[in-house]
Amino acid sequence: MRAMIAIAAAGLYRRYGRRWALVDVSFEVPAGALVMVTGRNGSGKTTLLRVLATAIRADRGMVTILGKDPQREPVREKIALLGHRTYLYEPLTALENLAIVARFLGRDSRRKALLERLEEVGLADRADDPVQTFSAGMRQRLALARVLQQEAEVVLLDEPYGHLDPPGFLLVDRVLQRLRRQGATVLIATHLLRRGRALCDRGLVLEAGRLSFAGATSEMPEPPGADGAGFAEGA
Amino acid sequence: MSGLLVALRKDLLLQWRGKAQIVAIFAFGATALLLFSFAIGPDSLALRQHAAGFLWLGLLLASTLSLAESFEREVEEQALEGLLLLPASARALYYGKALANWAQLALLGAALVPVMVVLYDAGTLRLLSLLGVILLGTAGLSAPGTLYAAMTAQARARQTLLPLLLFPLVVPVLLAAVKATSLLILGDPMGQLAPWATLLAAFDVIHWALGGLFFGRVVED
Amino acid sequence: MARVAHNRTPHALVAAGVALLLAGSYWGLLKAPREIFMGDVQRIMYVHVPTAWNAMLALSFAFVCAVCFLFTNAWKWDNRLEAAMEMGVVLSLLLCTQGAIWAKPTWGVWWDWDPRLTTTAVMVFAFGGILALRAFVDDPVKRAVWSAVACIVAFADVPIVYFSVKWWNSLHQAQSSPQTVSRAFHWPLRINAFGILFLWTGLVALRARVAALRLQSEIHPPVPEQKSAPAGAPVPGGA
Repeated sequence: MRAMIAIAAAGLYRRYGRRWALVDVSFEVPAGALVMVTGRNGSGKTTLLRVLATAIRADRGMVTILGKDPQREPVREKIALLGHRTYLYEPLTALENLAIVARFLGRDSRRKALLERLEEVGLADRADDPVQTFSAGMRQRLALARVLQQEAEVVLLDEPYGHLDPPGFLLVDRVLQRLRRQGATVLIATHLLRRGRALCDRGLVLEAGRLSFAGATSEMPEPPGADGAGFAEGA
Repeated sequence: MSGLLVALRKDLLLQWRGKAQIVAIFAFGATALLLFSFAIGPDSLALRQHAAGFLWLGLLLASTLSLAESFEREVEEQALEGLLLLPASARALYYGKALANWAQLALLGAALVPVMVVLYDAGTLRLLSLLGVILLGTAGLSAPGTLYAAMTAQARARQTLLPLLLFPLVVPVLLAAVKATSLLILGDPMGQLAPWATLLAAFDVIHWALGGLFFGRVVED
Repeated sequence: MARVAHNRTPHALVAAGVALLLAGSYWGLLKAPREIFMGDVQRIMYVHVPTAWNAMLALSFAFVCAVCFLFTNAWKWDNRLEAAMEMGVVLSLLLCTQGAIWAKPTWGVWWDWDPRLTTTAVMVFAFGGILALRAFVDDPVKRAVWSAVACIVAFADVPIVYFSVKWWNSLHQAQSSPQTVSRAFHWPLRINAFGILFLWTGLVALRARVAALRLQSEIHPPVPEQKSAPAGAPVPGGA
């Protein structure tokens, strides 16, 4: 039985050197929700996602994922993170990178299954090319495939639209919708406000490490100045 | 156990992809052996007597390059963190890496033997025993070396730190391996090989255990 | 974190230590009768042996601190670890220097590969390397964990290093250990031993305080005050 609240953060603080990246952040995310996390550069989005993914520990406060404390109980296998670093091995091929993940998770690591996964992200024709020959956008797609490979219940995506071109944007949209249909809980950190609001029903806004808004995306405040979508958004 | 095999397979694959690097490291080791002979002079008797020492010194120096390289790929895109988050067992990742490093160092050692034979006129007929000493000695370099390489890959001044931390620790390996190899080359009338080999084995057991014990703490955040 | 107490015990220890050391050294180096066989040079034993005991004690204490830190994650153990390792390295260096001073007139060479001293020299490099590691790691948590692990591994290595050097050396020359001090003259030895013990214990305690203060500035910047920030306004104390 899945917990009703998939992610709960209570009083999170996290410091880097002398700077506080997260200050007293508390919120709850119900299971199956699609939540966008937004804020300016340096506002703490990446730090928050990394704390939730258990990649780093909060200096203070509690994180609960699917009702469990990730420090004490095994819940890491239910969480997947698309971070700023791709987690890829540069000299290995796309297929080999996915195979490693599949094997560690005890899943199907045969060529056919992995090719299907690469097909989903549009990299099937580069399956046997080493990652170091990939462009930034292709690396991003492969990293996304790696996340999908994990079939996690809680998926944390940090700037998934990052290096992608317009077809890539549509790919991410499709992935998000699919994750939603599967009932996964998704947190996506992004600058693309219009896109985010169209896809997500809830949003969190971080400012200098503090949560300045948590609620429905329809009620999210506009940041001062540009609407944040920039020229990249297109239609 | 299965995690260990997956990790080992991954590390061996990474090594295979980086074979050009291994060839370069071998060249470095061979050059070192050449330089040692220049340092001593063309005195064939002296060269033969010290051949074992040169071999292991050359191997030790080359090992710092090999060990440091083994973690380059893990940190450049944070792949190691990615695996730990899956979650993959830190212990499995350590032993996989240490075993792969051991294989590479043993290969390097074996490849340097002909160089030693040619430059110092120092060979032995007891090849199997020599291989055994190389295996025991390189195991002693790999276990602590893998642990420290994981640390220094994330620190500044990494190229200096790894040898600085590793060399004092592996003094027993150097002493025992040189002694054992020397006995094989120069003759072992009193049968002293076994105790030195035992010392190496004891060192290996202790450090392979310690490495597996501490690797998790060393790489967690 | 609570303010560091201004406990005066360490200072008292240092003072007592210096006093004892002066007394014991005066007695041993100047007043005690000459040793029959080795002459005045042997007087160095009155400082050498106590230094050896204390160097080993300091490094053992460092080992204990490392283990305690890994189990408790309490910063005080890391502070003490840093201090104890520095002290261990200093005492070990002193030991090697004393050994060289003894060896030159006795054997004609500065270094005679005595297993104990050679192991000590290796320890200087091993723990010195860990101190270097501390200097090159910025994250306090990583620095503490890594130096604790390295300290334990290095300490576990000490017996192996000792045995391998002893063995290696025994094949070449007889043991050369300046050890025997006749019974009647144990007193200067003991006085010096306690003198150095008090001295280093006091210094380590003080040094640990310095480490604690530095750590405090690294990991406990004041938490930004609890106030609700209006949306869009820059929040001070964050960056």
